[in-house]
Amino acid sequence: MTNLEKYKYDVVVIGAGGAGLRAAVEARESGLSVAIICKSLFGKAHTVMAEGGAAASMGNVNSGDNWMVHFRDTMRGGKFLNHYRMAELHAKESPDRIWELEVWGALFDRTKEGKISQRNFGGHEYPRLAHVGDRTGLELIRTMQQRIVALQQQDARDNGNAESHIKVFAELTVTEIIKENGKVAGVYGYWRESGSEVLFEAKSVIIATGGVGKTFKITSNSWEGTGDGHALALKTGANLVDMEFLQFHPTGMVWPPSVRGILVTESVRGEGGILTNTAGERFMFKYIPEVFKNIYADNEAEADRWYLDQDNNRRPPELLPRDEVARAINSEVKAGRGTEHGGVFLDVSKRLSAEVIKKRLPSMWHQFYELAGVDITKEPMEVGPTCHYVMGGVEVEPDTAAAIGVPGLFAAGEVAGGMHGSNRLGGNSLSDLLVFGRRAGMGASEYAKKNGENPVSDASVKAAAARIEAPFSRTGGENAYSLHAELQEVTHNLVGIIRTGSELKDAIEKIAAIRARSANIAVSGDRKFNPGFHLAFDLDNMLLVAESTAKSAILREESRGGHTRDDFPGMNNKWRQVNHISSFDGDKVSVKAQALPPIPKELFDLFDVHELEKYMTSEEIAKGGSN
Amino acid sequence: MARKLNLRIWRGDSTNGGLQDVVVEANEGEVVLDVIHRVQATQMGDLAVRWNCKAGKCGSCSMEINGKPRLACMTQVSAYGDEETITVTPLRAFPVIKDLVTDVSFNYKKAMEIPAYAPPAHLKPGEARMEQVDVERSQEFRKCIECFLCQNTCHVIRDHEENKKSFAGPRFFIRIAELDMHPLDILKNRKKTAQEEHGLGMCNITKCCTEVCPEHIRITDNAIIPMKERVVDEKYDPIRWLGSKIRKREGIV
Repeated sequence: MTNLEKYKYDVVVIGAGGAGLRAAVEARESGLSVAIICKSLFGKAHTVMAEGGAAASMGNVNSGDNWMVHFRDTMRGGKFLNHYRMAELHAKESPDRIWELEVWGALFDRTKEGKISQRNFGGHEYPRLAHVGDRTGLELIRTMQQRIVALQQQDARDNGNAESHIKVFAELTVTEIIKENGKVAGVYGYWRESGSEVLFEAKSVIIATGGVGKTFKITSNSWEGTGDGHALALKTGANLVDMEFLQFHPTGMVWPPSVRGILVTESVRGEGGILTNTAGERFMFKYIPEVFKNIYADNEAEADRWYLDQDNNRRPPELLPRDEVARAINSEVKAGRGTEHGGVFLDVSKRLSAEVIKKRLPSMWHQFYELAGVDITKEPMEVGPTCHYVMGGVEVEPDTAAAIGVPGLFAAGEVAGGMHGSNRLGGNSLSDLLVFGRRAGMGASEYAKKNGENPVSDASVKAAAARIEAPFSRTGGENAYSLHAELQEVTHNLVGIIRTGSELKDAIEKIAAIRARSANIAVSGDRKFNPGFHLAFDLDNMLLVAESTAKSAILREESRGGHTRDDFPGMNNKWRQVNHISSFDGDKVSVKAQALPPIPKELFDLFDVHELEKYMTSEEIAKGGSN
Repeated sequence: MARKLNLRIWRGDSTNGGLQDVVVEANEGEVVLDVIHRVQATQMGDLAVRWNCKAGKCGSCSMEINGKPRLACMTQVSAYGDEETITVTPLRAFPVIKDLVTDVSFNYKKAMEIPAYAPPAHLKPGEARMEQVDVERSQEFRKCIECFLCQNTCHVIRDHEENKKSFAGPRFFIRIAELDMHPLDILKNRKKTAQEEHGLGMCNITKCCTEVCPEHIRITDNAIIPMKERVVDEKYDPIRWLGSKIRKREGIV
């Protein structure tokens, strides 16, 4: 491979969404050279789709808020399966990460005092989400994109080369993370435009590739959400934790078919939108679980008063955590009280004036008007659950974001597991990727500074190159598009929002069969910007993710957060002590149980013990924390 | 209510190419990107097209549909007559890479030329105070999804490759305006450099950019015209020039 395109960097970041960009800025500011690799153009990452806001207990709207309240809400939302240390770091550091964006030029909506405004969201006790209308994710991406441009301008002034310390490699797919001597040595991939191959030698690698939504048929994710980082981590020898937990966002569009799954922001409910079935019933009152009865209103009058007086009324049940609302909608539709297109109604037109709706939810108004012919200032939206977010992900050390088991590998953002437990609260994703993007950048920089170069061997390059060439050498093989559609059918029908043991068993067999056939994918055309070729690699990743999810799901015999078993309804406190760890032996994924790290006393004591009794066993309560 | 749609797709690369006719199924409510994906999955596995969010929020699927610069994900098939052939071609102002994908690196180069946000040095994180009404002016421009349709349609560069060197284009005029109107930005002379270094003067306000903007940003009225007017004011009126500087400084906390 004498003419192979080669680069050398201290740190390589895979993914240019919020976590990847924040990690890259941190690594660059510590004085290292950084490459950012992304599958799309710079600035198009799925983070731009995040609408509602970034959760941070700045206390700008309600001064009662602080990191401890945010920590409690996050643990409750995750049904206490969260890694306590990640939830703690996240709650403590989010405000600083938001303020830092403002220093870089972000323009959040303001309070009357001129501070950053904060809005209500499901599961958050106080108004907590910093936002820009309903396009907060775009603001985050643009701010960090422009921050990177600013750093490049600085380098151009200092040493005449804008790309001397940080360079974006856009439209490049990574097919492999290469290890030498048991440590990370670099990454290998191809330019999507030309199909030609590229080697990056790197001291450390940060995976920030986002989610897995495209494994499912109905999803809010773009084509990029194919679990690349999850699969790359597995193949490199890292573990995935709790892959059974998928968040089905309760409100995706359901009609027309072409937009099915596209996100309808939770802000619609945060701003007062109510959910009704075809009988006109505001059904969420029927679905308040025991553990939340003291904080959610059980009647319409109180729920409506809450919008005016939040101190003396309980919250409307439309603002329950997402898993609860998604299951409720699913039940209503199954009971025959759904719309003809399989959704329920979400209506904000009766609470807010047309002018306010267009100001606070501009992109929702636009999206429904343009794509569904619905004017949300006058009529209700039709909504239903859509696969939105994966709570499971790479098992990492909370403080450094280092992937456990692979020296030199780091992971942050949606691709990392543990932070959100069994269910993520809305707004905790944007803050997660800022907090842990920065920490991954710090962790990877420290590692790179301590460890010397680890050259990539010719043998590794040869093997990686052979894998890329393989689908072109076959003729008359399988079509990647049809296999992808088959996989989506299987996951949708058998590993979806409601699961059973027998269906999961069926799913595991079917996924294995599709995977066997995928080894025979043939690609038509040449290497030049060839989506069929690209999908062949994406599909390989999705198949590993699906296998990991189905195999974790069949083991967890309870219902918790983003994992609902029809044959094991209800939470079981014994299962709260269990993480499922997926690993890959080169042939198949295996899943084993691992004890969840026990929560230390100072965090244990932040809760009322009677609340903890709902989640923990009596032995755990008696111990009162781990130290 | 599926129907057969006649779709004409430009296929080729930088060396040659042409329009190819296909017949493809189109269902109720579908957008042009849906039928392009169907062609990809069933007839042309290697048809190149960019897309991401499919909800008009990322600005990836920019192309020309029956000659008009549009986002394919926000263009309903039903907007065209049952018998009408829909023709999709790549953006004309940028070099073709393959099929519907063009080389938009021009825009990223221009982004590098706009001086970055410059906050006051003493401002600590969390200390900024701004009025909603003041941030809204810049927020309008920060809605930009960088689809580059405005760049593509602008006649200053659409058919004049030679102008690209000295012309940043509407997308970057709103970037300059956004920074200029940012309540905390302290960099002086943004309007002047827009005029002198980024080609603002070449714009003759035909509003083509505003018309194609999928975010309905009033590029011409709210960014370009005010900057042009103030450049003129400042050039000829020293009192107003001084006033604008004082006003700007007052915005700093």
